[in-house]
Amino acid sequence: MIGLQPLYGLTGAVFAAFALLSVGDRTNRKRFGNAAFWGLIAISFFFGDLLGDLGNGFLVLALVALAGFGALGRGQPPTTSAEEKAESSRRRGNALFLPALVIPVTALLGTLFLKNSGWIEPKQVTLVSLGAGVLLALAVGYAWLRPPALAPLQEGRRLMDSVGWAAILPQMLAALGAVFALAGVGDVVGGIAGRILPEGSLFAAVAVYALGMAVFTMIMGNAFAAFPVMTGAVALPILIRGFHGDPAAICAIGMLAGFCGTLMTPMAANFNIVPAALLDLKDRNAVVKAQVATAIPLLACNVLLIYFLGF
Amino acid sequence: MNYFVLVGILIVVAGFALRLNPLLVVAVAAIATGLIAGKPLLAVVAAFGKAFNDSRIVTIIYILLPVIGLLERYGLQQRARTLIGGMRRATTGRLLVAYLLFRQVFASFGLTSVAGHAQTVRPLVAPMAEAAAEKQHPDIDEAGRERVKAMAAATDNVGNFFGEDIFLAVGSILLIVGFLGQNGIRVEPLQLSVYAIPTAVLAFLIHSARLLWMDRRLSSPSPSDGEGERPKGGGGVAGEAATTPLHQASPGPPTHVSHGEELS
Repeated sequence: MIGLQPLYGLTGAVFAAFALLSVGDRTNRKRFGNAAFWGLIAISFFFGDLLGDLGNGFLVLALVALAGFGALGRGQPPTTSAEEKAESSRRRGNALFLPALVIPVTALLGTLFLKNSGWIEPKQVTLVSLGAGVLLALAVGYAWLRPPALAPLQEGRRLMDSVGWAAILPQMLAALGAVFALAGVGDVVGGIAGRILPEGSLFAAVAVYALGMAVFTMIMGNAFAAFPVMTGAVALPILIRGFHGDPAAICAIGMLAGFCGTLMTPMAANFNIVPAALLDLKDRNAVVKAQVATAIPLLACNVLLIYFLGF
Repeated sequence: MNYFVLVGILIVVAGFALRLNPLLVVAVAAIATGLIAGKPLLAVVAAFGKAFNDSRIVTIIYILLPVIGLLERYGLQQRARTLIGGMRRATTGRLLVAYLLFRQVFASFGLTSVAGHAQTVRPLVAPMAEAAAEKQHPDIDEAGRERVKAMAAATDNVGNFFGEDIFLAVGSILLIVGFLGQNGIRVEPLQLSVYAIPTAVLAFLIHSARLLWMDRRLSSPSPSDGEGERPKGGGGVAGEAATTPLHQASPGPPTHVSHGEELS
C-alpha cells in the first residue's frame, strides 16, 4: 500500500533539484546558501526517519542558522521574456488554467474513489492523490507546452527562492506546538482559562478560543504563529478533550478566526502595509481600516460556526 | 504547575514584534520552553528535531511549485490579468464584487499566486476601481480616491484569505493536520477544507454587502457639495478652478493657486 513515504520521496527529490540547480546559478551571489538550505530540507525528506531525533535537531538548528545569518539569496533562473509570455497567453487562452486544475481534481477524485481500493493507505489518500495530481499535471504540461526538460524545476526554483526561508516556518511552528505540549504549556494555560471561564460554559470557551486566535494573530502578525499557542492552550484541553468537540471543525474555523485578526493588524505587513505603499496611499494603515468592518462581523460569524458545527 | 513554561509564548510574541528572524524566534522559544520544563539541552534539541521530522507533512505543498512555475513560463499571470481586465466595470462596487469572487474561486483551486497586490491590484484592479468611481462621482476628492484604492487592496486580501483554505494543500491546512497529529489526533485535510466553506461564503456576503454599500455612497451626491444637480464634468471643474484663486486671494502663496488646475 502506498503511504506517505513515496510522497516524502517526491518532495525530497523536488528540493534536491532546487538545491542542485542553485549551485550552478551564478546570478545568485548567495547560491551556496540556497543550495545548503534546500539541500538540508531534501535530506530531511529523504532520510529524516534514519537521522535519529538528535540528528534531526541539529538539522533544524543548521536551517535556522542559515536563515538567521541571511545566507539565502534569490536566483534568477532562465525564463521566457514578457513578450513571449504575453504571446503564449493570447494564443493558449484560458486553457492555461487547466493543468493547474488537474491537481485539486485528482486529489478530490482520489479521495472519493480510492479510499477503499487497497492501493493507498486510507488515512493518507488525499495527500497521496495530491502528489499523483502534481505528477499528472506535470505530464500534461510537458505534453502540451513542450518546455525545455528542466524548465519546471527551474521555474519552481524561481518561486521557491522568492518564498525563501519562510518556506519552513509553518513546519517549525507545528514543531513548536509539540514542544509546548511536551512542556505542559497547554495544561498551564488551560488551568488558568479553567479558573477564569464560567464553569462549564461551552459558548464562553469557544469565544475565548476564536477571539484569542484573532488577538494573538494581531499581536504576532501571523495566524500560523498564533495557532499552536491558542489551540494548545484552549482548544485541545477545553474544547476537544473537555467538551468532546470535533477537532476538524474547531481547528479549521479557529484558523479562519485568526485570519480575521490578520485583516486588522499592521503587523501583517505583507498584506496590509506593503499594498498601501504599492498604491501610494498617504495613510499606511488605510488598507487595515478598509478591512476592519469586514473582519469584525466575520469573526463573530466564526464564533457561532465553531459553536454550532463543532459540537 | 510550572508557570514559567509560558516564557516560550512571551518569546514568540516579543520576537515577532521586534521583527527578528521568525525561524530564530521559534527555535529559541522551543529550546527555552524545554529547558524551563527541566529537560537537559540535548534532550530539548532532540525533542524539537523529532517534532520537526514528524511535521514534515506541512512542507509538502512546495511540490506544486514546478507546475505553477511552468504555467507562469507560458503566461499564466498574463492570462489572469486578461480575465480581470475584461471584467465589466459598471460601478466600483460591482467590479470589486466580481474581483472578490474571482479571487476566492481561483484561490480555492490552489491558484493563489495568479493574483495579488503586486500582480493584479496595483496594475489593474485599483486603477479600474478608481476610474469607475470617477464616473459615478465626478468630483470625488483625494480622500475618496484613497478609500476606493484601499478597498481594492482589502478585497484582494479577503478573497485570498477566505478562498485558499478550501484548497487542500495550503500551509494553514497542513499546519492543522501536523499539529493535531503531534497531539495524537488524526484529521483528513479534506475535512478541514470542507469546514472552510461556510466562512468563505459568509466572507463573500459580508464584504460584497460593504462594496455595494460603498457604491450607494459614491453615487449619491455628498452633503458637502451643496449645489446638487449642477452640470457634471467640465462645468464643475471649471467652477472650482475659478473659485480657488478667489479663496486664497491675498495671503495664499502662488503654489497653492495651481492646486485648482490639478483637479482638471
